Amino acid sequence: MKLIIKNGFVYDPLNGVDGEQMDICVENGKIVEKVDEHEAKAIDASGMIVMPGGIDIHTHIAGSEVNSGRLLRPEDHVRDVEAKTAVTRSGVGYSVPSTFTTGYRYARMGYTFLCNPSMPPLEARHTHEELDDTPIVDKATFPLLGDWWFVLEYLGDGLIKECAEHVAWMIMATKGYAIKIVNPGGLEAWGFGRNVKDLDDPVPYFNITPREIIRGLCKVNSILNLPHTIHVHTNRLGQPGNYITTIKTMDCVKDLASSDRPVIHITHCQFSAFKGDSWANMRSGAEEIAKYVNANKHVTLDMGQVIFADTTTMTADGPWQYTLYELSGNKWVNHDVEVETSSGIVPFKYRRKSYVHATMWSIGLELALLIKDPWKIYLTTDHPNGGPFTEYPRVICWLMSRKARERTLKKINKKARARSLLPSIDREYTFYDVAIVTRAGQARALGLKGKGHLGVGADADIAIYNVDPRKIDPSSDYKVIRRAFARAAYTIKGGEIVVRDGEIVRAFNGRTYWINFSGVGDPANKAFLEATENLRKRFREYWTVEFDNYFIPERYLKASAPINIETKGV
Amino acid sequence: MRLKVWEGNKRRDLSDLFDIKVDWSNGDEITISLNGDLIKVRMVGAQMSKGKIVVNGNIGMHLGEGMSGGEIIVEGYADSWAGGSMKGGRIEIKGSAGDYLGAPYRGSPEGMRGGTIIVHGDAGREVGCLMRGGLIRVYGSVRHFVGVNMIDGTILVHGDCAGKAGGGMRGGRIIICGYIPSILPTFTIEDIRPSVSIDGEKIPGPFYRFIGDIADGGDGRLFISKPKNPHLAFYEKYLE
Ligand SMILES: [Zn+2]
Repeated sequence: MKLIIKNGFVYDPLNGVDGEQMDICVENGKIVEKVDEHEAKAIDASGMIVMPGGIDIHTHIAGSEVNSGRLLRPEDHVRDVEAKTAVTRSGVGYSVPSTFTTGYRYARMGYTFLCNPSMPPLEARHTHEELDDTPIVDKATFPLLGDWWFVLEYLGDGLIKECAEHVAWMIMATKGYAIKIVNPGGLEAWGFGRNVKDLDDPVPYFNITPREIIRGLCKVNSILNLPHTIHVHTNRLGQPGNYITTIKTMDCVKDLASSDRPVIHITHCQFSAFKGDSWANMRSGAEEIAKYVNANKHVTLDMGQVIFADTTTMTADGPWQYTLYELSGNKWVNHDVEVETSSGIVPFKYRRKSYVHATMWSIGLELALLIKDPWKIYLTTDHPNGGPFTEYPRVICWLMSRKARERTLKKINKKARARSLLPSIDREYTFYDVAIVTRAGQARALGLKGKGHLGVGADADIAIYNVDPRKIDPSSDYKVIRRAFARAAYTIKGGEIVVRDGEIVRAFNGRTYWINFSGVGDPANKAFLEATENLRKRFREYWTVEFDNYFIPERYLKASAPINIETKGV
Repeated sequence: MRLKVWEGNKRRDLSDLFDIKVDWSNGDEITISLNGDLIKVRMVGAQMSKGKIVVNGNIGMHLGEGMSGGEIIVEGYADSWAGGSMKGGRIEIKGSAGDYLGAPYRGSPEGMRGGTIIVHGDAGREVGCLMRGGLIRVYGSVRHFVGVNMIDGTILVHGDCAGKAGGGMRGGRIIICGYIPSILPTFTIEDIRPSVSIDGEKIPGPFYRFIGDIADGGDGRLFISKPKNPHLAFYEKYLE
């Protein structure tokens, strides 16, 4: 199919295009220089904004954790029901929507690529089954590797190369895309009802500290030449005073950065930016974190913005979820995933009138506004931990409009308002900034070559929003912005129109991106063979699953999109 | 008048399914009378806020769901979820009621918040599940789990209860004037009361008064008729 998108205001930050009125041509699913106008279907985008398809670097949309969340939250489903249409399936769920509904809702907002950031390796098969059932969008998933016994043992013994071989095997086995680390060491300690206190607190029964895990996996990441950095949920997440740990975490890998390329991504940073030493005097540490990030090039972040909503928290951070259960007294799920990781789920309501919740709301926005370079911080709510992804348009309004922020500020807890830094911040995002924090920046951080931009050769994943930047001033007309970003005028995925006027008009499978290391499983590559043999021997002792049933073959994925990577020196 | 309703998964005109007669003589006082066997007709009176519905026969599930005012009278039987999640108004059922009387639909935490439900016959399981306010009065008997997970409000049962009364209750009152086989072990006896007063009306006892459900940190009150339950007399030794 050939398409020509005419006269839109194009925001394509990776190619430096800032609102120029131009045509975008599409052929065979890619952006091309030119198409024959007589053969191409024309979309009139005059008076509209054209951006690359949205990319979400961190959203919990699939796998056993999400599915347990669905089981735990019938009240979340009964309030939000979508009937089927001629092209879509029915579905339910506000904070933990069913798989199909997740795909449709993202597509309606113009999103086309999602990263499922927290996959217990043992449950990869389930995760891929759900990702396969998440239509339209492309996706990638990050296996949790920071507390895997093999990683702890090899790094504890200083065997970085051997660790890299095993991690490579695991990424291939789980069809993963990046290394996810959650509360390093703390998840293993949680298996014994404990937690780690900080970066240098040793993990019980393993001769290793969180700092060594982070540094070790950062080196592994570089040896394996992975397109994304290590993706880190910090120690002490959600505890007052943790902003220091966050800065120390970023700083502990600073010397491992050899060029301007980042080496660490701190995810849902808001939850790791608390000052104070108790809930009563908890305050924002956004200024200090922003100061560090502004002065350094080796780090990227995402927001983890809080929305005042009834949502479901779910992380691999078992001890943190236990704390949330104790704070809320709500029903909960906690889970130990054999030798790999842990997880927990607690429904949670963020209230405007709660001092702590309102402060968290403020911190997320403070981070996004105080960090000067939008290429360093991306828009997320850590769906559904801070709030459901369907609230992104609201976050965009807060970023683009001081007035929108003030409106919400008026309604929040008084003490939180008095302490919020937001009234002192004048900055308002431009459409160009929004395009960076919702797609271009994420594409760069993820190392996705054909995504997040509209240059010739890129995948034709395009979002068109019904906002005329000449007529609409986002600062005052933020409600128009919210409506426009909630329902894309068009979403184009792989060159096909999938959404028109906010409704799904076509649905098909999106692809699953995963890392294919050349050499893993190749009999000529002795190092990988040894890793495999070692794993085979120890599988019986360590796992309840047989070695031969563990590895997910490529044919298991409905639409596989391997990224071939040459490792450095394994 | 082209009121659209669902029949199965198809949209139909109400007038295709019913003979409709309109009588304007009563002015603003709106009364809807339904005649025939309506056991498969659901959601009658859902979300109603005023006026009156009279059902001359049986009625299907979700009668008056979420209603906030007005009155519904059923001459026959009302199927499950009658008065589910209701906030106000009055439902009177001359026959019996199905399960989940006044209870929210599966998955919803929104229990009954106010209003009155009166059943002259029996009611099924989980009467008043998650109830937060209002009154449910059953002249006949109820099955298991009356007042399960209830938070506040009053349930008065003149007949017997099949058991497990008040499981998970955190507050509110359940009064059983008839026989109950046993009390859940997560309730403790507090005292013996000569009577219970409900909106000024005195319900004669004496009643064993229990507190629970302790497993949920609850502070609900269970009143169980002493004369109808001599097998519970062993609790009295804990009162000394
Ligand atoms: Zn997360």
